[in-house]
Order: sequence, then structure tokens, then C-alpha cells
Amino acid sequence: MKKLSARRRHPLAAVVVLLLALAATGGLYAAFAPAGKAQADETSQSLAIEEGKKLYTVGCASCHGTGGQGSSDGPPLVGVGAAAVDFQVGTGRMPAQQPGAQVPKKKVIYSQAEIDQLAAYVASLGAGPGIPTKEQYSPAGADIARGGDLFRTNCTQCHNFTGEGGALTHGKTAPSLEGASPRHIYEAMQTGPQNMPSFPDSTMPEQQKKDIIAYIQTVNGEKAESPGGLNLGGLGPVSEGLFGWIFGLGVLIAAAVWVAAHTAKAKKS
Amino acid sequence: MSTSTASSDDKNRRAPAGERVADWADGRLGIYSLAKANMRKIFPDHWSFMLGEISLYSFIIIILTGVYLTLFFHPSMNEVVYHGSYVPLQGVRMSEAYASTVDISFDVRGGLLIRQIHHWAALIFLAAMLVHMMRVFFTGAFRKPREINWLFGFLLFVLGMFTGFTGYSLPDDLLSGTGVRFMQGAILSVPVVGTYLSMFLFGGEFPGGDFVARFYSVHILLLPGIMLGLVVAHLILVFYHKHTQFAGPGRTNTNVVGMPLLPVYMAKAGGFFFLVFGLIAIVSAIATINPIWALGPYRPDQVSTGAQPDWYMGFSEGLIRVMPGWEINFLGHTLVLGVFIPLVIFPLVLVAIAVYPFIEGWVTRDPREHHILDRPRNAPTRTAFGVAWLTWYFILLIGGGNDLWATHFHLSINAITWFVRVAFFVGPVVAFVVTKRICLGLQRRDAEKVLHGRESGIIKRLPHGEFIEVHTPLDQADLHRLTAHDQHKPAEIGPPVDENGVRRKVGPAEKLRVKLSKGYYGEGSQIPKPTAEEYNEIAAAHGHGHEEITTGHGNH
Amino acid sequence: MSSQEEFSEENLPSERGGAVEPGRDPFADPGLPAHRPRMQDIDERAAKRSERTVAMLFLLSMVATVAFIASFVAFPVSKIVYVWPLGHVSILHLALGLTLGVALFCIGAGAVHWARTLMSDVETADERHPIEAPPEVKAKVLKDFAAGAEESAFGRRKLIRNTMFGAMALVPLAGVVLLRDLGPLPEKKLRSTLWAKGKQLINMNTNQPLRPEDVVVGSLTFAMPEGLDEHSEDFQKQIAKAALMIVRIQPDEIKSKRELDWSHQGIVAFSKICTHVGCPISLYEQQTHHVLCPCHQSTFDLSDGARVIFGPAGHALPQLRIGVNAEGNLEALGDFEEPVGPAFWERG
Repeated sequence: MKKLSARRRHPLAAVVVLLLALAATGGLYAAFAPAGKAQADETSQSLAIEEGKKLYTVGCASCHGTGGQGSSDGPPLVGVGAAAVDFQVGTGRMPAQQPGAQVPKKKVIYSQAEIDQLAAYVASLGAGPGIPTKEQYSPAGADIARGGDLFRTNCTQCHNFTGEGGALTHGKTAPSLEGASPRHIYEAMQTGPQNMPSFPDSTMPEQQKKDIIAYIQTVNGEKAESPGGLNLGGLGPVSEGLFGWIFGLGVLIAAAVWVAAHTAKAKKS
Repeated sequence: MSTSTASSDDKNRRAPAGERVADWADGRLGIYSLAKANMRKIFPDHWSFMLGEISLYSFIIIILTGVYLTLFFHPSMNEVVYHGSYVPLQGVRMSEAYASTVDISFDVRGGLLIRQIHHWAALIFLAAMLVHMMRVFFTGAFRKPREINWLFGFLLFVLGMFTGFTGYSLPDDLLSGTGVRFMQGAILSVPVVGTYLSMFLFGGEFPGGDFVARFYSVHILLLPGIMLGLVVAHLILVFYHKHTQFAGPGRTNTNVVGMPLLPVYMAKAGGFFFLVFGLIAIVSAIATINPIWALGPYRPDQVSTGAQPDWYMGFSEGLIRVMPGWEINFLGHTLVLGVFIPLVIFPLVLVAIAVYPFIEGWVTRDPREHHILDRPRNAPTRTAFGVAWLTWYFILLIGGGNDLWATHFHLSINAITWFVRVAFFVGPVVAFVVTKRICLGLQRRDAEKVLHGRESGIIKRLPHGEFIEVHTPLDQADLHRLTAHDQHKPAEIGPPVDENGVRRKVGPAEKLRVKLSKGYYGEGSQIPKPTAEEYNEIAAAHGHGHEEITTGHGNH
Repeated sequence: MSSQEEFSEENLPSERGGAVEPGRDPFADPGLPAHRPRMQDIDERAAKRSERTVAMLFLLSMVATVAFIASFVAFPVSKIVYVWPLGHVSILHLALGLTLGVALFCIGAGAVHWARTLMSDVETADERHPIEAPPEVKAKVLKDFAAGAEESAFGRRKLIRNTMFGAMALVPLAGVVLLRDLGPLPEKKLRSTLWAKGKQLINMNTNQPLRPEDVVVGSLTFAMPEGLDEHSEDFQKQIAKAALMIVRIQPDEIKSKRELDWSHQGIVAFSKICTHVGCPISLYEQQTHHVLCPCHQSTFDLSDGARVIFGPAGHALPQLRIGVNAEGNLEALGDFEEPVGPAFWERG
């Protein structure tokens, strides 16, 4: 108990308490959830917005402004929509640790429930793309080949031909798509996080996004096939050249040393 | 034919079948005289002498696998819709060239293996040629009488680059098409005739429908044909000149020491071919190269980041990436310097190393034949030049991959580009100075070793308490090895007037030669090697009394 | 010659004074060292061991070739199997490659081991002979040449010589002329694209005409001219010039007046083809409005007339004037006013 009281002035104490409170609220809410469905949705929605606002005030407001109006440290969030929040917070990019050319992907620090609450709050600030449903982003049944063509038209210039990522100006990068979930890919195309342009439904309909996700999963998913052996990072000729020099020529020179070396002489008798 | 005539009472015992075949061939080809000179020809043993063999064997492997690939590849840009077994491309429009390459990879059993062997062997072929060239360069093996063979080798390297580039372009995938587009853009930058060259090469506007078929005949017939001829000439000259060797006991400028072609080198060289082929096959089994199916078919409006050529074209890629975008209007015409200057520097980078033997020959005016190799340290200026050139080359290679260094080392692509821009000028100079110093340091160490022996690591305590390290003297073989090189004297301009008191005319070329010669062999450019007198003096001094001398030695 | 291994602790240069006679050149070539035998040369058991190793390798090669043929027959071409650490690879490819590799490698290893351990390793010297011909040979050749030249009357009958040179110089022209039909003349081909007044901008994703409300700030869209179709015969040639990149920028963020004038409410259309060497440039950073070329890193500022701000490109990306037609779709108001793509001599 002593330990605990010693830490109550810790800067994170408020956060911890808040989180505990939130968890308790959420738990209590779940336990006493009213039966009336339609009414429940509405109530839960406003409750989520309220909780999201609390989370927002603690975790986001210092950069994005208390009402999401933005500041010199962060862009306004009015109208970015729930999808943007789900992507940024759900991939750990937000909250940002430090300013820089680009905010990198990190460990996610909020639970999905909290992310949903944050998203609900930010969505309430102004209309924007909502979190896609599984039906929207699930690649099942999509046209992989069509997705490949769209991927090459819209995505490979930054993300590379199998989504390994690539360089942008001044230290910015287009990240690798390895391990990116279909939902996050969908949201990224929908909302255009950071310097990535968006590909809204008006110019790239939902079905095409699914096709692209299906293609990414095929060439860069866990089960991506590389029939010819190691894919060497899928980076093209640079990694191939390095491999050719180090392992190709290297092994051959080692063989040459063996061929040309003198055979061990018998000990002098 | 022999069974009918063979009879048991044949008086003249018939020669064995092999000999009879040989007799037959000798009567038509003169093989006995050929064999007399060559069958027991001596080759020296050194691993670095086998780099050329790696090149030769990978070339043969490329030809063998290339012939196989021609059986399945369709060099056509007619558009087809793909319906093969690779699902992510089904229904996609592509050229027949691309479709047939995908088929080779997915529907021909073993086709993918042969494709990968072909491509890996090509990368290794060029890498081995470069390393072989550098071996020849740093050991001075290009000196008389081998200058022409150096040029043959150089031409093989350059032709290899272009054969590689045309081959890389054939599958008509997104990456190779981007490379071809780059080439076309570079051709357009040529003043006056650029647009004409481009139209003629592509049969009209880019990409047109012709370049795959045209590159195909260049790739499989024209360039390899010339290369094959050059390889034969290169080998004939190697046989004719006999191989160079490093100095050593019994190894002089007028002999070659080693083991005979039959049987040792027949087995070693022949076996090495199989080693090279086997190892390249294993590399091709485990590592993908150029997965064209993942790149997609070429479309001029699509591109993937990380668009690089194969490594041997990487330095030209670096040149073009770091060049500032200069473009000027010249009497109503556009001079695209931002592209044209790199296009001109590109061959100059290669020519710089190719002409070096002739520059050195001109500076030294050395009329002798050289069959003993230099140790790189004993030719500091040459070694420094070679390292400077390599530094230049590798800086450009870094420039060619700037986007990947940026993403993988978390750097700014702009910073890397600026680094390469500066290093392009500074890097070679620094490398030259540093290398020369290192060479001189090594020369000093050699001289020390000759005069005082090698440090044995044994510490001895002298009667009066001092500790000294015992130096083990070198045996005569090592003494010879370390002093066998000859050291040139710098050239002199000579007296300003000749013997008749008439002023001699010294042209600017001669002045330059003398200046260069001073730079090569003047003070501070080589450490005089120990003389026999110096050696004997120290040896004699040692003879008087060990203790004092070794003490004195320690104080040296 | 004394061996290195047996130096005495007092083995200082004076000891060796005996080896190198005083007054003689201490650096003289001592000649080829005597041959030292290998274990295989003196011990038949060691030689037998080597023989067995070599035979083993050759046998292994045979087994590998049989395995190669067996793999070829046994594995279906499309079978993918997970093999650590390679990933999901074609089992046929891997099996063929490894067995072929082993079959070849073992032949090589056997031959080399044979040469290294069982063939004689006595080093011998071959004499070299000067390459230059002796003077009398040279004299004879020069004399013969002079005689031949004299008999040909090459130097005397100048008319023959000059006309022959003329004929030889002209005849290759036949070959040069034949190359003329490799392609058409450039004329004005590089100056125009398919874009023309009234052509609608077709979204490359949907193949539908683009409407201004489709294009939101921060988005990136690619378009081609109406009437161009993936199936048309000259699609590749036309798209290589006509490919278009469309973004929307808040009008107050557009710095170039001309760019704003040529836009439609902040919707700007630039050529997708880099002015450096023609890569399709489209790495659009929506916050900075910079667009980067993935091939050579030319960087253009789309909010300022697409001027070059970094890299090797020599001039800005051409902009296409756009407007809206009666149906409310985006349309071109003409062709590009300058040639798209890489610069060339006649570009002006």
C-alpha cells in the first residue's frame, strides 16, 4: 500500500486512474446494459462520445487542441472521421512520441474499446469517413488480378511492387505494408494518413479497395508465395546485387581458394 | 571398319584405338604439334588467378541456360491476356514477352530454375570480371606484353554490361520497362540527333512494339557473338603469353613455375567449372532473382519505387540520380545537361580505368616484358589510383541505391544525394592519399623486416636486465621475395642544352611526363628497398657481439 | 636451406651470416625449394582414403542426378511448400536446384580433390621466350613485305589506290542507308498528346469521367483522355504521354497564378511523366504538395506550378488546363502547351 501511495503523484497516475475508471465504467455498462436495442445504440453512442472526449482531453488535446481545432503541433481533427482515428491510434502512430519528419508505427497503447470511444468523439466533431465494417474491407472473393493492376497504378510508386515500402523526401517514408491488417489498409486509403494521399470512394470505389487488399495479402501476407526461394526483402536489384556479391561471388572465391591452395604437406620426417 | 580387317596374324601390332584416332586427327589438324607445346603447359597456383575462370565459367553457364530459355521465350510485344497458372495476373493484359516469361517461371518444369541460374550467373559473371580486372590492375599484370589482353578483358566487361542490360529489358516487366524508359530518356538528351536515335531504336515513339524483338537479337546474337570471339582471343593470349606469377624462390621473369595442364590443371580447372556451376545452381535454388510475376507487366504510366538496374549498371544510375537538373536553352534548342553530362561521364568512368596501363607505360617508358607480378604496395601510385577509382565507382553505386539506403538506415534521401555529390569529387582524392600512405607504410615495414628480421614474439632478458624482443631473421627465400621488385628512377628533363650547346626543345608532353614520373617514383613516393650493403653491414655488426648489438637494435 | 621452424633463441642475423655468404648478394634467388611430399605421396593408406573420398563424391553426384530426375517426375509444377528459412517456395524448383547443384558440385569437388591429393604436386618451371622476333626474322619480314608491296604496284599506281579507298569508304553507306527504316522521323510527334479541347478526364481506376466533387483535397487520382482504352492498339504509346495526375489543393495554398488559372477550383492536372527521363512520377505527399519521382528523386512542388525543387529534372511538370463541361465532368481545355516527358534538343 505504501508503494502505491508513494506513486499517487506520479504524472501518469491520473492516466492510470482514468483508465481504471474507464474500465470500470465500461464493465459496469456492459453488465447493466439495457435491453432496448435501438435506444441502447443511441445511448451507447453518446456515452462513447463522452468517454472518448475524456480520453481525448488527456491524450490528444495538447497537440490537436481541446476541441480538435488543431495547433502548431498537430493538424485539426474536425472532419477527419472515425476511420482516421482508428488507423492512427490503432497502428500506434498516435499519440505521437516526438515531432519528426514522420510519426512512425509503434506499440498500440489504447485498447480497441478506447480507440472506438476516441473515434466516436472525433467523428462527432465533424462528418468524415467512418470505421469500415468487416464486410467493406474483407478481401474474401475480391479480384486479385484487378487489385494488382490498381495497386500498380495507385500504390507501387511509394510502397514498392510487393508493398515493402519506399523513401519519400527528407527522411519521410512510405511504410512497409507487411503485417498491416486489411482494416488499417482500407482506412489508410480512405483517409490518407500523414503525407499519404487519400483514395476516397468517389475515385476508388469500395470494391476496388477490397481488390487491392486482396492483392496485398497475396503478395505480402503471411502466406505470400516466393516460388524461387528467399525473396531477399522484395526490394529488387539492390538486394539481389548485394546477395550476388556476398554469397554468389563470395562462395565462388572461397572455392577458388580451396582449389588453388597447396595440399597439406606430410610432417617433415 | 577395323573388325573386318583385324586378323590374329597381323604382323605389325596395331596401335591402340585412341592413338589411331589421334593419328587420324593429327594428319588433318596437326594436333601432335599443338599438344607438344600445350599439353604439359605450366600454370602457377594462386587463388586470385582463378577469378578469370569464374568469369569464363559463368559465361558458359549463361550461354547454356540462355539457349534453353530461347526455346520458351517469345520476343514479341503483341498484347495478350494472361490465362496461365499464376492467379494474381489472370486476365491482365500484357505483352507476349512478359507472358512467356511468366510461363517459363510457372508452367515450364525447371524453367524458373534455369531463369534464375541465367540471371544469377549474369550478376556473378560481371562481379567476377570486375574483381578479375582489379586483380590484374593491382598486381600490374597489364604491363607489357599484356596491354592488348587487358583491353580485350575491358571490352568483355563493357559488352557484358550491355548484354546484361538488354537481357534485363527482355521480359517487359514493370521494372525492366522503367529501365528502358530511362535509357530512352537519356538518348533523347543527346544534342541534335537524340530524337532521331530514339525513333530509330524504338521504331517510333516509346515504347512502340519493336524494342523487345530488337533487343532480343542484340542480346542473344550480336553481343554474345562478339563476346565469344573476344573470350577466345583473350584465352589464346593467356596461353601465348603464359601466366604471370608472384616473385619467389625460383620464380623469375623468364620462367613460369607451377603444375602442368595435363593432368593437374585439367582436373582443377575442369573441376572448378563444375564447382562454379553447382554453386550457382544452389544459389538459384534458394534465392529468388527478378520475380517478374510480382513486378507486373510494363505500362508506361506505372512504376514501382526502388527502380534500380542490376548492380553493374548501378554506377550509371548513381550518376544520373545525383546530377543537378541543369537545362539550358542554346540558340532556341534545349541542351539537357542534367541528363547528357551523366551520359558522357558514364563511359568516361570506365575509360578512366581502361587507359591506365597506357598512361603508366608512357610515364615509365619501360620497354621490358613483365611476367612477375607487383605486390600492390610496391606500386603505391598505381595502387592509390586503383583504389581511388574503386572508391569513385562505389560512391556512385551508393548513389544509385540512395532510396534504399534512406529507408533502411533511416536517413534523408536528400542528405544522401548531397553526400554523394560531394563525395564524387572528394572521395577519390582522399582514397588516393590514404592508400598511398598505407602502401608506403607497408614498404617501410618490408624494409624493416628484411634488415632486422621478423618479430618473433619471444622476449629475452639480457644480463644487465634489459628486455628485448628477439627478431627472427628471414631466410633467403623470403629475403629474395621481399626485394625482388625493381624500383624505377624518376625521369629527368635533362640538361637545357645538348652537347653542342644548342638549346634542347622540351615539349609540354615531355614536361608532363617528367612531372608524373616524379609523382610516381620521386621522393616520398617510394621507400628505397634495402641494399645488400646495408644488409651486410647490419649482419656484420651483429657478428661482433650479440648483447650489445641487440641492445643497440632495440634502440633503433 | 634452413627451415623457419627450427630457429634457435640466438638466431640473430649473425647466425645467418653463415647461410648467406659474406660478400655474396643476400637477396639472390635461392632457386626452387625442394619438393616436400604430401601424406598421400608417402602413405598408401592416406592415398586410399583420398581415392575413396573422390569416388564417394562422384557417386554422390550420380545419386543427385537420379534424384533430380525423380523430382522432375514426382513434384507437380505448382506445388508450394513452406521450407524454413526460405518461405513458401515451389518444391519442384527447390528440389531441382539443389539436386542439380549437388550433382555438379560433387563432380567438381571430386576432380579437384583428386588433383590436389593424388596427382603429382611437383612444381616445375617452364621457360619463357621473348615475344619479339629476333632481328633477322624482322629483317626478313620487312624485306618480304617490301617485295610484295613493290610487286602490287600499290605505291606506284596511285589511281588504283585512290579509287579503291573511295570504293571501300562508300560501300558501308549501303548498310547505313538500310537502317533508315528502323523508325519514322521525329517530326512533331513528341510535341503533342491525345489531350485536346473538350476531352473528358477519365478516372484510370473506374474508367468513368471524373467530376469535380469526386476529387477531394488530399486525394490523388490518375486520369487518361476520353477515348483511350486499354485495349486500343496504341494504348501504351499514348498513355506514355497522356498519363495525368490529379490533385486538389486549397486555392489559397496555390502559389503560382498560372497554376490557379489553369485549375478548376483548386483541382490541378499535371503530366504524370517526369520531365527528367520519363518515369511515371506520382509519389505525392499530400501535406507538403511535393511529388517525388521514384526513379531519380526529382522533386516537384505541385502548389507552385510543379517547379523542380530537388533532383536531376530540368524543368517543371507540364500542367493541363482543365474545366468542367455541360454534364459537370472535368474536361481538358486543350493539349499541354509544351511537350511532356524528357527534354530533347528540338524542345526549344
